[in-house]
Amino acid sequence: MHRNRAVAGDFMFRGRKMIQAFSKLVGSLLILLWCSSSTGQELPKAAERAVDFARDVRPLLEKHCWSCHGSEKQESGLRLDRHAALLEGGDSGKVVVPGNSQDSRLIHFVWAVDPDRVMPPEGDRLSAESVGVLRAWIDQGCDWPESESETDSRNNHWAYQPLNVSNPPEVRQTDWPVNGVDHFVLAELESRGLKPSPEADRFTLIRRLSLDVTGLLPSVAEVDSFVSDVRPEAWEVQVDRLLASPHFGERWGRHWLDMARYADSDGYEKDNPRPDAWRWRDWVIDAINSDMPFDQFTVEQLAGDLIPDATPMQRLATAFHRQTLTNTEGGTDQEQFRVEACFDRTETTGAVWLGLTVGCARCHSHKYDAISQREYYQLFAVFNNGDEHTTVIPKSDQEIAEYQKEKAQFDSELSAAEAELKEQQLKLKSDFADWEEKAGVLLTSAPSDPQVKDFPEATRSIFAIAADKRTMAQKQQLLDYFSLQQPATKPLIEKRDALKKKEPAKPELSVRVIAQRTKDPRTTYVLRRGEFLEPLREQEMVPAGLRVLPPMSRRNSDGMGDRLDLARWLVSAENPLPPRVTVNHFWRLLFGHGLVRTPSDFGVRGDRPTHPQLLDWLAAEFISGNASAGSAGAVRPWSRKAILKTILMSATYRQSSRHRPELLDEDPQNLFLARQNRLRVEGEIVRDISLDVAGLLSRKIGGPSVFPPLPPGIAELSYAGNFKWNDSTGEDRYRRGLYTFFKRTAPHPNLTTFDCPDANITCVQRQVSNTPLQALTSLNNDTFTETARAFAQRIIALPRDNDESRLSDAFRLCVSRPPSSVELQELLSLLKTSREWYRTNPDQAQQLTGSETSADIPAENSAAWVATARILLNLDEFITRE
Amino acid sequence: MQSFERWIEHSRRDFLTSSASGLGMAALGSMLTADGLLSPAVAGETQGTIATGDHFVRQMHHFAPKAKNCIFLFQAGAPSHLDLFDPKPKLNELNGQPLPAEMLEKVRFAFIKKESAVLLGSPRRWSRHGECGMDFSDFLPHLATCADDLLMIRSLHSEQFNHHPGQLLLSCGRATFGLPTMGSWLTYGLGTESQNLPGYVVLTSGRGSSGGASLWSSGFLPSHYAGVLFRNQGEPVLNLTNPAGIPVEVQRRGLDSLKALNENRLAATGDPEIASRIASYELAFRMQSAAPELIDLSGESAATQEAYGIGRAQHPEATGRGNVAEAHLTFSRNCLLARRMVERGVRFVNIIYEAWDQHSNLDGDLKYNSWVVDQPVAALLKDLKQRGLLDSTLVVWGAEFGRTPLGENRAGRDANTGRDHHPFAFTLWMAGGGVKGGQVYGSSDEIGWGVASDPVHINDFHATMLHLFGLDHLKLTHRFQGRDFRLTDVAGKVIDRWIA
Repeated sequence: MHRNRAVAGDFMFRGRKMIQAFSKLVGSLLILLWCSSSTGQELPKAAERAVDFARDVRPLLEKHCWSCHGSEKQESGLRLDRHAALLEGGDSGKVVVPGNSQDSRLIHFVWAVDPDRVMPPEGDRLSAESVGVLRAWIDQGCDWPESESETDSRNNHWAYQPLNVSNPPEVRQTDWPVNGVDHFVLAELESRGLKPSPEADRFTLIRRLSLDVTGLLPSVAEVDSFVSDVRPEAWEVQVDRLLASPHFGERWGRHWLDMARYADSDGYEKDNPRPDAWRWRDWVIDAINSDMPFDQFTVEQLAGDLIPDATPMQRLATAFHRQTLTNTEGGTDQEQFRVEACFDRTETTGAVWLGLTVGCARCHSHKYDAISQREYYQLFAVFNNGDEHTTVIPKSDQEIAEYQKEKAQFDSELSAAEAELKEQQLKLKSDFADWEEKAGVLLTSAPSDPQVKDFPEATRSIFAIAADKRTMAQKQQLLDYFSLQQPATKPLIEKRDALKKKEPAKPELSVRVIAQRTKDPRTTYVLRRGEFLEPLREQEMVPAGLRVLPPMSRRNSDGMGDRLDLARWLVSAENPLPPRVTVNHFWRLLFGHGLVRTPSDFGVRGDRPTHPQLLDWLAAEFISGNASAGSAGAVRPWSRKAILKTILMSATYRQSSRHRPELLDEDPQNLFLARQNRLRVEGEIVRDISLDVAGLLSRKIGGPSVFPPLPPGIAELSYAGNFKWNDSTGEDRYRRGLYTFFKRTAPHPNLTTFDCPDANITCVQRQVSNTPLQALTSLNNDTFTETARAFAQRIIALPRDNDESRLSDAFRLCVSRPPSSVELQELLSLLKTSREWYRTNPDQAQQLTGSETSADIPAENSAAWVATARILLNLDEFITRE
Repeated sequence: MQSFERWIEHSRRDFLTSSASGLGMAALGSMLTADGLLSPAVAGETQGTIATGDHFVRQMHHFAPKAKNCIFLFQAGAPSHLDLFDPKPKLNELNGQPLPAEMLEKVRFAFIKKESAVLLGSPRRWSRHGECGMDFSDFLPHLATCADDLLMIRSLHSEQFNHHPGQLLLSCGRATFGLPTMGSWLTYGLGTESQNLPGYVVLTSGRGSSGGASLWSSGFLPSHYAGVLFRNQGEPVLNLTNPAGIPVEVQRRGLDSLKALNENRLAATGDPEIASRIASYELAFRMQSAAPELIDLSGESAATQEAYGIGRAQHPEATGRGNVAEAHLTFSRNCLLARRMVERGVRFVNIIYEAWDQHSNLDGDLKYNSWVVDQPVAALLKDLKQRGLLDSTLVVWGAEFGRTPLGENRAGRDANTGRDHHPFAFTLWMAGGGVKGGQVYGSSDEIGWGVASDPVHINDFHATMLHLFGLDHLKLTHRFQGRDFRLTDVAGKVIDRWIA
């Protein structure tokens, strides 16, 4: 990994040229000749015997070449340990011409005179005899027997192998498993002598499920209904209910938005707003709510525009890769940042679908993973001809439907009014003809005549045209003008014109998306060290997938691969990586950790799966949709909801998350899932559930991003102070956190403090931190204070007649379960001491409750409830899904 | 509870031993020796989640440190090295002449039009200062009196010539998003010594910077390692103040109940993360009194306040982009706050002054900005020295790049009164924290265009900076997405001649 910046050398060189230039400038000319050393020396003669690759050639390559051009490193994009790679050459082109060693650069590299150029640069040089052997080998056809093919250990890496699907294994504790998931998990536990945890209590279960599936708390009624439901299918009923909730798309859409580095602004210094970015966000929510199959979800987002007869919605979907940053800082080279965005698209695609960090290969071949620099640029080539483009998209299906209804209504009203008018106008036909003739004459002969002097300009200009040259439309305009002067038709004209003004506007938006560049398509080259000004033009990079995976086929056998080919390759039946990576994310979001604990690294440096068979089984079920079929029988390939249901139904998911001391030595990290995990909810959800408990939350789905109050001094942090945050009013003040306008250089601190990603690069897994700034936010931030006040009002308004039952209800609103007596006593004590405090400090009581005091409730009581509600909203359990 | 204490310790050890590189092992060593001092409530780190309640100072040093704290004076926008630190008589001689075409061939500028660009000499008067005879222009009379403490590096270079990418490179070692900044790496490696304040603090003066919040991001490290922005107005830390009507007594009473309820849940679930949460709330409460105490300057003597320029009158010729939001007052105050933070154990203080992007009116704007920073920075250095803190506090003054020897001739502007962005050679200085002061290191060429000797890439600067803190830049790594990342990206070499 370590190297010195070559740039330094460049500057030294520049310095030298500098002096040269100035010497010239001040008179003393200094000429330096930079001539490359030419060899001019004869190559050793080719050996005259028949060479054998294994005996004669391989040892030479192994000794002299492979340390820099082998599996570990591929200097200059060249590797010489595989036949195909040898023939393909490196960044600067082919190195061998089979049958012609004289023209094979490999030979000239190993026999160069210039010590700076000879290969290998260090260690023993090849003898004349060895070079002769290599020459003979090339002259004799450059054979490389199949048996001598280097099997690269990285190609055997588990993640690149086809799915290995086995039946769920037998287990001893046969009454525990609910479905296949549990067989795999329990078999592993049993093999380690561990027992699973009991099912969590019902309060915990329903709260866990609601938060995981929708990111919202269950209402008390929903909790009670589940707790008292003794039917065997009670759980499944809840799973189905929540998966069908429109909030499912918000919750699981947000996970996807993290990966898509979604934001409402450009990023970089100027960070201009993107007022229509939300339209794609809503596409994601809708797609997930309608359970768009993941293969289609993939294809539309990567290449919706290339689908034959693409719909506007499919074009919109491509905005996945328009979420890259835009640098409009003064003096930037737009080509540099276009290339930068394509790097991001390449790397994000790698991270999201392949679970691989391909980014390192931007500058050099990957030291540890099997991705060469060449492969990186082959992938990059796929995106290099996708340009940003503006397209017009309906605001939403619902609004279009409403519009169409309104428009139909409008059209019929308008045509009725026009028919009515026409009928009257027919009756005035001869009057009109007289008027037309007379007015025409008057306009030229007596323009100040009262009959014509007030004619508007539009009317005059028609009269300027000879009567027989006037078009039907012009005649109609004159007729309308005439009709406006007539008592019989005047109201009809006015009625029609008034109607016209009410024509409903088509609910459309201009949105930036990705579209294929058809004119002057770019040719892709490897960029030296990722520098856009330094393409290595010797060899064109053609779109392709990764070598370790099944080949990417192209729709047009003679054409270049494009984004559609790439997308279809990702979700093709043969490609094992995207389904593995995707189900691992699903698992991670329901257990806190993936079956592969490094969800962004399925490469050789990442963790191996804890349950490889389960991972592959889930991946296969995801693709086929069989497991979900159940009694209903419907097979739903690539269904997100179906595979989630499979996991949610499992006994594994339903276990208690209580830590078990006896697991300490056996499985301290809970790798083998003898229990569930407790997880702090995400930053948006911290906001959502607080507002919800307080009765303030708006459940409106979708639409433009909103501006909940922002602490002062935050928007100003962005450059040039060019950004004004105007607080939303009404319902939009209380929308779910995912709708908060996300300004990349000055994001809302209530979100980022709770680890929301900054949207500058793809985020495949959020950090979970636990900091004092979080405590200060939920204790003191204005939004949370407003929430505590509203929650207190809600508690006071409960139809209860004593503190205990009020507290008990309030506690249940927050954490779903009833409080223990110890907890209730603690809260009662807090409430009572607070009440006493505020009785003696009425000013503070007034300040705390603000304007929301009512005459019949003493201020000290309201204030004490605010103080208590505030603590409930700060419980660890409140912001934790257990 | 007994078994859970064991669990907490166990899982923390597990985290430390499984984290990337030898760092975890070093931490484990220090943790074991400190074991007796730790209470189970301050559970430290468990399974990748890091608690701020973690009191113990990690001693992850790879070798003996010289510096303990860093004050980074980030002069965003990029000041002209040619008018402050790096005199170029030749440039004055060639004033108005074009550069030879072959020199411009491969060079890109943000705004300059190559065809008609001409060299722009500096009207500054220069003099030598200190025993070392270091050059300063007439704009920095106070700083010049600190010459013998400064390590002046005139051979820095970068490859980024736009602000935000350049600022990212200076902050993260590479011009890409998602990486931790310098302060994150230091607090990640060394923890904090303050029990009541964050380990990494950001102060700003004037306008917002090009880089915005990305300049104090923790990147892929937990947000615990992100810089905490102190504010110039109102409460020093966001949400530090209780809501109206919640006096400290009620806050404390509420937190006592919260603690009791959370401990109750800890007992029921055994999840050590709850212990971390309790600790975070307690630290938050302590911060509520420590931060106001920190920013209360009433205990500072009149002489000290005056030295830093606290409350000084505005410059009569105040002008330009650096003259925003009373920058002259906030910059003075921020310098004094930085010293107070260092005294209280804050590891890394970043003072950002976005002011120096002088594409035009260089002389007037530079005069003002230099006035804003000159006195407070000199006062800071002397104050630290007088209190015996300079030896362990590394002070850095620098920016994302320098400015061109060519005058800026942007389209639509006739007057050649400014300089464009220039990453090929620029100046940065350091003082204290174990650097060898009174030294000019490296040189630019005759006109300040390229590096003439001892080139220093920003990665080299970072490598040496970490070295001063006892950290090996090759070993201070964090594995993310399959790669061991470090502050110095894929390069960096420690420059021995900088080290005292």
